[in-house]
Amino acid sequence: MKLIFDKSIPGRRGMRPIRPQVETKADFPKHMLREKPAELPELSELDVVRHFTELSQKNFGVDGGFYPLGSCTMKYNPKVCEHVVRYPGFFDLHPLLPQLPTGQTLVEGALEVLYEMDVMLREICGMAGFTMQPLAGAHGELTGTMIMAAYHRDRGNKKTTMLIPDSGHGTNPASAAIAGFDVKTIPSDESGLMCMEALEEALDDSVAGLMITCPNTLGLFNSRIEEICRKVHDVDGLVYCDGANLNAMLGVCRPGDIGFDIVHVNLHKTFATPHGGGGPGAGPVGVAEKLVDFLPISVIRKANDGSFYLDYNLPKSIGYVAPFYGAFGVIAKAFAYLRMLGAEGLKRVSNNAVLNANYVRKKLESHFDLPFPRTCKHECVFSAARHKDEYDVSATDIAKALIERGFHPPTIYFPLTVKEAMMVEPTETESRETLDAFIEAMIEIAKLAESDPEQVKKCPTNTPVSRLDEVAAARKPDVASLPEEVAGG
Amino acid sequence: MPFIPNTNLQRIQMLAEIGMDEDDLFSDIPSELRCGELDLPEPLAEQELRRLMSSLAERNRTDLMSFLGGGFYDHFTPAALDAIISRSEFYTAYTPYQPEISQGTLQAMYEYQSAICRLTEMDVANASIYDGGTAIYEAIMMAMRITGRRRVIMDQTVNPIYRKMICSYTTNLGIELVETNPEDGKASRDQILENLKKDTAAVVLQNPNFFGMIDDYSDIVEMAAKHGALSIASCYPISLGILKTPGEMGVDIVTGEGQSLGLGLSFGGPYLGFMATRKKYMRKLPGRMSGRTVDDQGREGFVMTLQAREQHIRREKATSNICTNQNLCALTALTYLSLLGKQGLREVAQSCADKTGYAKERLLKVPGVRLKYPSRWHFNEFVLELPVRADQVIRRLLHRGVAAGFPLAEYYPDMEMSLLVALTEKRTKAEIDFFAHVLEISL
Repeated sequence: MKLIFDKSIPGRRGMRPIRPQVETKADFPKHMLREKPAELPELSELDVVRHFTELSQKNFGVDGGFYPLGSCTMKYNPKVCEHVVRYPGFFDLHPLLPQLPTGQTLVEGALEVLYEMDVMLREICGMAGFTMQPLAGAHGELTGTMIMAAYHRDRGNKKTTMLIPDSGHGTNPASAAIAGFDVKTIPSDESGLMCMEALEEALDDSVAGLMITCPNTLGLFNSRIEEICRKVHDVDGLVYCDGANLNAMLGVCRPGDIGFDIVHVNLHKTFATPHGGGGPGAGPVGVAEKLVDFLPISVIRKANDGSFYLDYNLPKSIGYVAPFYGAFGVIAKAFAYLRMLGAEGLKRVSNNAVLNANYVRKKLESHFDLPFPRTCKHECVFSAARHKDEYDVSATDIAKALIERGFHPPTIYFPLTVKEAMMVEPTETESRETLDAFIEAMIEIAKLAESDPEQVKKCPTNTPVSRLDEVAAARKPDVASLPEEVAGG
Repeated sequence: MPFIPNTNLQRIQMLAEIGMDEDDLFSDIPSELRCGELDLPEPLAEQELRRLMSSLAERNRTDLMSFLGGGFYDHFTPAALDAIISRSEFYTAYTPYQPEISQGTLQAMYEYQSAICRLTEMDVANASIYDGGTAIYEAIMMAMRITGRRRVIMDQTVNPIYRKMICSYTTNLGIELVETNPEDGKASRDQILENLKKDTAAVVLQNPNFFGMIDDYSDIVEMAAKHGALSIASCYPISLGILKTPGEMGVDIVTGEGQSLGLGLSFGGPYLGFMATRKKYMRKLPGRMSGRTVDDQGREGFVMTLQAREQHIRREKATSNICTNQNLCALTALTYLSLLGKQGLREVAQSCADKTGYAKERLLKVPGVRLKYPSRWHFNEFVLELPVRADQVIRRLLHRGVAAGFPLAEYYPDMEMSLLVALTEKRTKAEIDFFAHVLEISL
């Protein structure tokens, strides 16, 4: 399909120009002006609408079908949440208003949303305080590790090491590194959980903390998690809960009660805000009482008269991690979702998410290897290692065969601790009928891998493009279409 | 129960088929770790929710006649924009891990990267960063990786909110941050030169700067290069409709806040950080990128590329921890730029500048009011020096329904009389006249 730039017709235009209204002409010195106009497309409004409509039709979203992408919690995004954040009172609200004199009275509704969201998240996670500022899960991790650094600095601790299990998300070590920590990886044991002996060996005075995903990325809940937290606390370390998998625990148990000091919540996973083709997300961070003073500037508080205000006077704070109060538009959607569910609804979310994952696990365990055959939480991880060895059919091939059959594949090749991993997270918003159709497709693919592996390996054949040459893309990168004279020169 | 399709009967059947009990599902969570009933507000039906949200929205004053900017602007967006980005094939998808069913997202990413390059006259851009502030931070980290140096000069005309963010981010990284004082509202060449040392990784500038002044940084870029340092410029994308581009100035890394490209102000987010650089630094650029390639039948297509830089492969050695970022916001910016087109963007930029020129003329007729930095070099924002404290004036004008601007003393304590005033193409002549009128009677 042609690039939008290549559809351009000189002189054609979309938007009609506005009348000048004022006679004044800005008069900049010529050398301050750009020599040539930016080579943007010249198209009618319909041209643009058709272009993007056609692009959208080459995309697979949750609204289009089952999207069991493990660790990403691709649940349904309720339409009303999209609707309410477009109210002008939210959509057009300038973030600097509260910094004007008496300004906090100009944004009371927005401050109430943020404050009430904070209260609800504290209750759901069992934490003493939250910041809404982090703009994504990984940004929450960075905020959390910066809070760890501030805590240790405040106590005069010289701690440099961050412990991270080998099954953790890649963002964990990257976030810890840019908060200034040295990363030490803790291996998993044969049960798929963090190896306790290796943890104990690694725990010394240099340990600033442990970052751990709970339930872990295999979908397993570590029954010894409370003990793990205690051991880390014994060396004055802090325990960080990567909350990517919170969907499994809603209303069942709370990170704060377990002993976690810090948790980040992915609003775009657990609380149903859309993933946007890769953002925007939001990653609010909750902390235990002893860390509340280190939360980023500013913090929203409720005055005795019931009004809300922003507190900037936080001497121990780690400072600013976002320009304002977080991804408000995302937070407001999650707020709306939570107000529709209530406590009972949240419990049903985790309950059905876990049931659906176990249903898929049990129905497929005789067709695919399940490295850790026990009750899972919100997701289960299969391995295609046997199919790879015996029929040369890899996790990628199986993923592409699922695409051929109208499903989005699971997450593949993660966690790194499982060979040819296929991580299935159905979520609670999928029906039994959908799960059955997926299970049937998986079984069909498993059989086809044995009988006619070439049929699997040539998938997909019914998509706008088939398998793309990623090696060539990286070797000779073409990452922008530039105007002709630039590209030629 | 909303959004959960399985009926109780179905649940019972499913459990029976897999040989499990309700209790088995959470049997691995020790009972002492279980929580009781959560204390949350009663669930609402959609109708009740909409009533609640609309009453909350009404308690936000978006009815004010606004001259508030400070890096975040109220621009007009065509209705076609919302129609396009509301297509759920875009917004209910995730990161395009499976390119065969994500060509829509991937081609849009590639086109967005191209649009940013064309706007800034740079060679390569990534597919987004969280916001304009984190984009500067990522640019600083990138400059340090390229130069192997750890000292950064940042001019105080860079948005103070971003400077605060960068201070926070660099606390634990042993980076020396030096701030230079502006001269007549512009970056001081002398001070920057004085601070350029052998260990300087980058000079960070903003155009137009926080006081709304435009500047040609070609000389600073050259000075920095002579000392082996990179130049970073944070730019306001609408201004690039007419102003000299960072590419022409020779800047090494260009960043900016893309909110003005069709995104709502939304009380501070979600926004869009953009980031572009020279071809030679392509592999040092953080963030996702889409690249053009071919499939096994020779058909053109797009994939996420240069992933060897990223955290899921490199873990703690990655160029950044950023992974998923602001894809839908980038799509919004691309759509906005496409709907405006080559002529439209130029006209919007010119309209902002013309109305700013008129507002300056009109407001300067108010007795006692002058320009803090007299110059014709303002794009869409300028600093008024008032005869009384700016916060008093703002308070008085709020009573008349006007958000007059931003009191600079919030971030520059010795500028108590200074008011930062912003214009966009949405402000009318009548509104500007009204502003001047109420300012006059308020003084």
